[in-house]
Amino acid sequence: MIYFDNSATTKIDPSVLATYRSVSEQYYGNPSSLHQLGEQSRQLLTQSRKQIAELLDVSKEEIYFTSGGTEGDNLAIKGTAIEKMDYGRHIITSSTEHPAVIQSMEQLEALGWDVTYLSVDEKGQISLEELEQSLRKDTVLVSLMAVNNETGSLQPLKEVGELLELYPSVHFHVDAVQAIGKIDLDLNESRIDIAVFSGHKFHAPKGTGFIYVKSGRKLAPLLSGGGQETGLRNGTENVPGNVALAKSLRLLMENKEETAQKLLDMRKSLLAYFADLDRVTVFSPEESAPHIVCFGIKNIKGEVVVHALEKHGIYISTTSACSSRKKDNIHSIREMGYSLKEAESAVRISWSQINTLQEVDAFKSAVDTVYSQLKSIE
Amino acid sequence: MEITELMIRYGELSTKGKNKKIFIKKLNKNVTKKLKKYDQVKVSYNRDRMHVKLHGENAEPIISELNDIFGIQSFSPIVRVEKSVEEAEKAVIELIRKNYTPGMSFKINTRRSDHSFEYDTNDINRMLGTAVEDAMADIHVQMKNPTVTVRVEVRNRGIFISVDTIQGQGGLPVGSSGKGMLMLSGGIDSPVAGYLSMKRGMEIEAVHFHSPPYTSPQALKKAKDLTAKLSRFAGEIIFIEVPFTEIQEQIKKEVPDEYSMTITRRMMMRLTDEIRRKRNGLAIVNGESLGQVASQTLESMLAINAVTSTPVLRPLISTDKNDIIDIAKQIDTYELAVQPFEDCCTIFAPTRPKTKPKLQKVEDFEKAIDVNGLMDRALEGMKIEKIGIETDENKEREKNFADLL
Repeated sequence: MIYFDNSATTKIDPSVLATYRSVSEQYYGNPSSLHQLGEQSRQLLTQSRKQIAELLDVSKEEIYFTSGGTEGDNLAIKGTAIEKMDYGRHIITSSTEHPAVIQSMEQLEALGWDVTYLSVDEKGQISLEELEQSLRKDTVLVSLMAVNNETGSLQPLKEVGELLELYPSVHFHVDAVQAIGKIDLDLNESRIDIAVFSGHKFHAPKGTGFIYVKSGRKLAPLLSGGGQETGLRNGTENVPGNVALAKSLRLLMENKEETAQKLLDMRKSLLAYFADLDRVTVFSPEESAPHIVCFGIKNIKGEVVVHALEKHGIYISTTSACSSRKKDNIHSIREMGYSLKEAESAVRISWSQINTLQEVDAFKSAVDTVYSQLKSIE
Repeated sequence: MEITELMIRYGELSTKGKNKKIFIKKLNKNVTKKLKKYDQVKVSYNRDRMHVKLHGENAEPIISELNDIFGIQSFSPIVRVEKSVEEAEKAVIELIRKNYTPGMSFKINTRRSDHSFEYDTNDINRMLGTAVEDAMADIHVQMKNPTVTVRVEVRNRGIFISVDTIQGQGGLPVGSSGKGMLMLSGGIDSPVAGYLSMKRGMEIEAVHFHSPPYTSPQALKKAKDLTAKLSRFAGEIIFIEVPFTEIQEQIKKEVPDEYSMTITRRMMMRLTDEIRRKRNGLAIVNGESLGQVASQTLESMLAINAVTSTPVLRPLISTDKNDIIDIAKQIDTYELAVQPFEDCCTIFAPTRPKTKPKLQKVEDFEKAIDVNGLMDRALEGMKIEKIGIETDENKEREKNFADLL
């Protein structure tokens, strides 16, 4: 079995799972309880938060645990909208965001907010000019993803940050779910105010995640309750999940350079292979994330390729897993200027450091078979 | 370029006349103790300077250790380069770059103990000065009051260069001013009072009153953890736990509510003073700040203080709460101190304590309790331990956490 769907989710790391289990068994006290058991849980939770903050070079008061990327994006967007509704109700985002972002925007639009969706070029990038023209006096939020989950496209975050230096009151939210450990993300120096992370994308348990909120920036909570996470995200803390998350992030960051090389090697090998297949279109732009390639075989629906490869024990996706059971599963590729037919052929392979070059080779020979087999039905 | 030495200036110590020698010895002891864990480091001293020779140890952690030691006015990292003008030029330029501010001036101050070196001090001053001016625009030599003075020393073993001066904590070496007993409750104020006392050279021992089951094991642990935080300025601090349950219960039973706070405080003061006497302390220190709570009015202080003639030092007496909080944050005790555990001051707190107790009345009401018997029993149950930065319990906890994380 070859798992090449790591942008959908990853397999939990065995040592991370061991941590999850030990914490569940030994530190089951509620961190809010006054007794010793609760106190230990609280300290362990604090230590986890500290570890995450140190790994990202920010302060621990800027890290809030969540249940993952969808919650983080909702909190960043609606939390900003509610917090700043008296100052303005205009939000800017791009047309290729994750559904967690797009759906939040649509919900706000229905409630009277005004949302500008920036178009993207063939590389999947927004234009700074268009962003600059879109900024208004009542703009409260700019929301962009660091790495596109379907194609691996990168947004020019640094340049956007520089532009936003002139708009100090605007919140700059970055969905970094696909970016962490894959591309450099400097939270400390950059203009980024809010960044959203999800644990299960880097071998931590499902249902874990955190959001970075720069000190001084305020969000309204979406979940009200007992005052956990300094009142921003209420609800009894997921101690085992959060500890496991902190460990997973450490493993990710400690091996960052080694991982980066490995991911790039696999990408290079795949791109060289696709370049020789004349009926294959690679949708991922040249400069994009090192762990995602989106491609399509001419006139063959992505779904067909997914199932054909599955017969060979290889698991990939038709672009994003979050929306792949729905019709609008290819919105990023369409926005990049491809025809519906081209976009419908798209599949996404996404690998991680636990994959190997041998697996890439096995993938290639499986594609060879599928490729010639599908030629007949073209 | 490698930092080979940290040179320490004594500052205020230098003005202490005859006592100077004792002070420097104490400082040497404190520095040596603090740097014990760095195997290669050698500490030596003379009347004017102390030298921490690194012998290959990494300078960064040692600099942060020195930042916690009282009695150090400032210190300078010294860089050693090969005995060549080119190497010295490179190092000086790099050091100036690190200290660059627009429009800055500088001066090179060379000394030469190796007289066989091919250039004399004037040559070296001139050559290094020119090199810096050539390397950077917007910077000039100035002999009087330059922004930065670069000290260059040509010795047999190489050229030694220093630029930065890092401000130390100042104050006097801990232990050079005698010993005092710190009444440590577990709040924000008392650790700050302890810190300020240590800064003036006092050795402190922490006295903590514990009333199980009314106060929790966590409250006791918190007081110990606060002591551990303070110990980074002193090496180790003696922590004295005094059982206080019986006293509080008897006061609650026998004394009118509005006077119970005053009498409780008098008992604490008596006990602390007795412990001080037994342990050869010279003063009592607490975190009181005038008017902060009912026990901290002048009337209350008079009634409470009346049980002893020992100096009761209150370093925070005229400090505002916000300023106290700032210091607590700076010494990293704030976050611990604000954890919400009941301590023995809050749990029996009367709803309306007297803010202006009359001493005569206090003494009359106090007759209802068995002061001597209560004190004897409390002192008997006293527990004494030494607390360093890393308590065993915390070490074990951290190890457990590290394994998980």
